[in-house]
Amino acid sequence: MRPETEDAVAAQIAAAKGPLRIEGGGTRPIGRPVDGDVLSLAGLSGITLYEPGALTLVAKAGTPLAEVEAALDAERQMLAFEPSDMRRLLGTEGVPTIGGVVACNVSGPRRVSAVGACRDSLLGVRFVDGAGTVLKNGGRVMKNVTGYDLTKMMCGAYGTLGALTEVSLKVLPRPDAAVTVTIAGLDAGRAVAAMSAALTTPFEVTGAFYGPFGDGGTLHLRVEGMEGSVAYRAGALVKELAAYGAATVESDGTATLWADIRDMAYLAESACVTRTALRPSQAAAFIAAVDEGAEATHYLDWGGGLIWSGLDVGAGDAVSVMHGAAARLGGHTTVVKAPEDLRRSVPSFQPQNPTVTALSEGLRAKFDPRGILNPGVMT
Amino acid sequence: MEMPRPDPAILARKARVVARLQEVLPDDAVIHDVAETKAYECDGLAAYRCPPMVAVLPRDTEEVSAVLRICHEEGVPVVPRGSGTSLAGGALPTADSVILGVARMADVLEVDYDDRLIRVQTGRTNLSVTGAVEADGFFYAPDPSSQLACAIAGNIAMNSGGAHCLKYGVTTNNLLGVKLVLMDGTVTELGGGHMDAAGLDLLSLICGSEGQLGVVTEATLRILPKPEGARPVLMGYDSSEVAGQVVSDIIKAGILPVAIEFMDRPCIEACEAFAKAGYPMCEALLIVEVEGSDAEIDAQLGLIKQIAAKHNPVELREAADAEEAGRIWLGRKSAFGAMGQINDYMCLDGTIPVSELPLVLRRIGEMSKEYGLGVANVFHAGDGNMHPLILFDANKPGDLELCEAFGADILKLCVEVGGCLTGEHGVGIEKRDLMNVQFAPEDMAAQMAVKDVFDPQWLLNPAKVFPLETSAPHRRVAAE
Ligand SMILES: Cc1cc2nc3c(=O)[nH]c(=O)nc-3n(C[C@H](O)[C@H](O)[C@H](O)COP(=O)(O)OP(=O)(O)OC[C@H]3O[C@@H](n4cnc5c(N)ncnc54)[C@H](O)[C@@H]3O)c2cc1C
Repeated sequence: MRPETEDAVAAQIAAAKGPLRIEGGGTRPIGRPVDGDVLSLAGLSGITLYEPGALTLVAKAGTPLAEVEAALDAERQMLAFEPSDMRRLLGTEGVPTIGGVVACNVSGPRRVSAVGACRDSLLGVRFVDGAGTVLKNGGRVMKNVTGYDLTKMMCGAYGTLGALTEVSLKVLPRPDAAVTVTIAGLDAGRAVAAMSAALTTPFEVTGAFYGPFGDGGTLHLRVEGMEGSVAYRAGALVKELAAYGAATVESDGTATLWADIRDMAYLAESACVTRTALRPSQAAAFIAAVDEGAEATHYLDWGGGLIWSGLDVGAGDAVSVMHGAAARLGGHTTVVKAPEDLRRSVPSFQPQNPTVTALSEGLRAKFDPRGILNPGVMT
Repeated sequence: MEMPRPDPAILARKARVVARLQEVLPDDAVIHDVAETKAYECDGLAAYRCPPMVAVLPRDTEEVSAVLRICHEEGVPVVPRGSGTSLAGGALPTADSVILGVARMADVLEVDYDDRLIRVQTGRTNLSVTGAVEADGFFYAPDPSSQLACAIAGNIAMNSGGAHCLKYGVTTNNLLGVKLVLMDGTVTELGGGHMDAAGLDLLSLICGSEGQLGVVTEATLRILPKPEGARPVLMGYDSSEVAGQVVSDIIKAGILPVAIEFMDRPCIEACEAFAKAGYPMCEALLIVEVEGSDAEIDAQLGLIKQIAAKHNPVELREAADAEEAGRIWLGRKSAFGAMGQINDYMCLDGTIPVSELPLVLRRIGEMSKEYGLGVANVFHAGDGNMHPLILFDANKPGDLELCEAFGADILKLCVEVGGCLTGEHGVGIEKRDLMNVQFAPEDMAAQMAVKDVFDPQWLLNPAKVFPLETSAPHRRVAAE
């Protein structure tokens, strides 16, 4: 099914006899596989409103991400939360859509800065619930506390509460300049300490990443903004971080590097990839816990608050270990890439406490009483 | 404003409810004397008053849980309260309710600079959160004008904003986790020190739910390193259209100031008389503030002044030092106080798309003539959050009603041009009956479905947010 209007989406959901697999571009098959008819939102396409002077853009859910980014680029603006293109990592084809990005709350390296996650840029949504009712929440203005915030609830609900039909986003000016500050030869613990040191300066770091490159490991920090300001802040950071080693400052290659980080291109060869979110100060403990029982490669984004781990086949036990360690350390692990049989046998999402589980199931029962929208995908 | 009639059966159980609450709380934490409960009869929307049946002041999550369990068993409505500064009547009691105030819960539980967060009990005031980390060079970003008094509890419930949210966002963008007590006393945590949700983002539902889904007892908040410096520039224009154009041009030029504040002539005049900030007398005044090192500020203000100059300002003044910066902000910060000196006023809070500013200001001016009531406009121009202050005379019969009708018309206009009823103050009882203007019945039903899940008996903060006739079927089911 590939409806082209919101009303058609509503009619098809209302008429559905069984489970539906809600799809944008089909580039992010995350979570437990859904056996059901595909309902593609890709037919709902187009930017419906873009006001650069008001920093707002509204687009139908199936609008290709590339189309949105091109329109913004023409006005020297951007989606500040830098949504990833998962095709490289997941080996998928198709065209990433803005609705898919919102449904998965896809947030890139700038999550660590004041920009925040995709949810923080999301101003409003239109969607169709599991009964086929067209609903709206939020709007197109930057400040809005009218009624409950279902908008953010829809962000990261992976289509389980409704099929998004339109999203409204806050956009930001695109920085004129960007550089990367790099320090090599650090282990993960030192790297997190260095990233925390950088992120607690006033120099507005908009990316803080660590990977097992070179001897030991390498830390990258991104500084963006007006030309002169970038040079000044990068220089100040180099001084501030002197205790962690000699730093280089490069502008060449910065865009490519941070696109690779955003898309986690480094783990494209891994059969199984997980994302773990926890406090940066717990990152080293998490890595140690995982490495005790599994062969894994780790990359740290968000100053250590996000750990990407690549595992080999037969990773089911490792995922359980991660869920255990994340729970103990106050965070959570999500499997983003795994063979289908693994996604059927191991929970992709972190199991939650009974109260949160009951509330979440209660919400799904209200918004999707027949349990037909991506059923089970978030387990 | 119509409130549901108090349930006589609950009022008849008062003695028993009080006795049970006294079993779980210290004596001085259960306030039931009719003279003393009066202290909780209203919040910042003082035109509406109703003392609660009882008020309780627990000290920690366990006591909150015990209170809620009892109220749940007794079927007594509960109205959570922070500092009572809501301008929407969000903390207005019903006569048969228990006010649950978190004012005694003001501790800092943890500060972690490496992870850039602070954990507090929610009775702590907004300003004293920053106070706890300021000496070490950090701050908590959302800064409502009421920050000296208002509590984090109320900030979370209302998803409060402030002057600096263009850059830093509002409460929901700075809230990492909460400890939440459900109406039946169940305690749970949502979020924590990490940066995204494990499953459905329930935390974002709680923020802005106006105390209707659960009582928030602890919060984990993002703190940020203080910028090296900040400096405002003041500009005056002959028309609000032009000022609106300047705002749009600044943003289109790729500059993101931390604050863009707007004041119109009536507001400038009142502030000038009150605070003597040295404002120019003109139709529209903008205060634009940027942050960074001295050189960065110079560069940004250079661009901003270029744009400003193109539009023929009647005044364009950059603060030369901290004292001058203080004076530029002085007038704006005392705007509400200044208006209060000369008049009773009602403060509205609609948001509009920035591009509609000239039209909306013109229509407000026309309506002001039609209603025969003055209006002063002061607002956050960068994000379109308007604060028209309607002036009226509380002692003149009929004036409040006239003022409310005028206010409703302004808010309807905000929705009509693509905006919303409230940008940061919340719906409460004040805008409850206007929800139909912004939402279709099914949109409100979806929101009420969330309430059904978190508080199936509809006991938490009754009669707020949804029009009474709209919520009646849900409340009826809940009562069965
Ligand atoms: C002069 C003045 C200026 C203001 N300026 C601003 C401004 O710039 N920006 C802005 O956003 N607001 C502003 N406000 C409005 C008000 O200060 C905010 O809404 C504030 O967040 C309310 O906090 P409070 O602690 O006083 O909450 P209260 O008034 O006590 O309660 C507000 C709401 O929160 C709920 N609540 C309280 N505690 C809890 C809890 N523990 N758990 C769950 N729910 C709870 C209540 O039931 C109620 O619905 C202003 C108010 C005044 C009087």
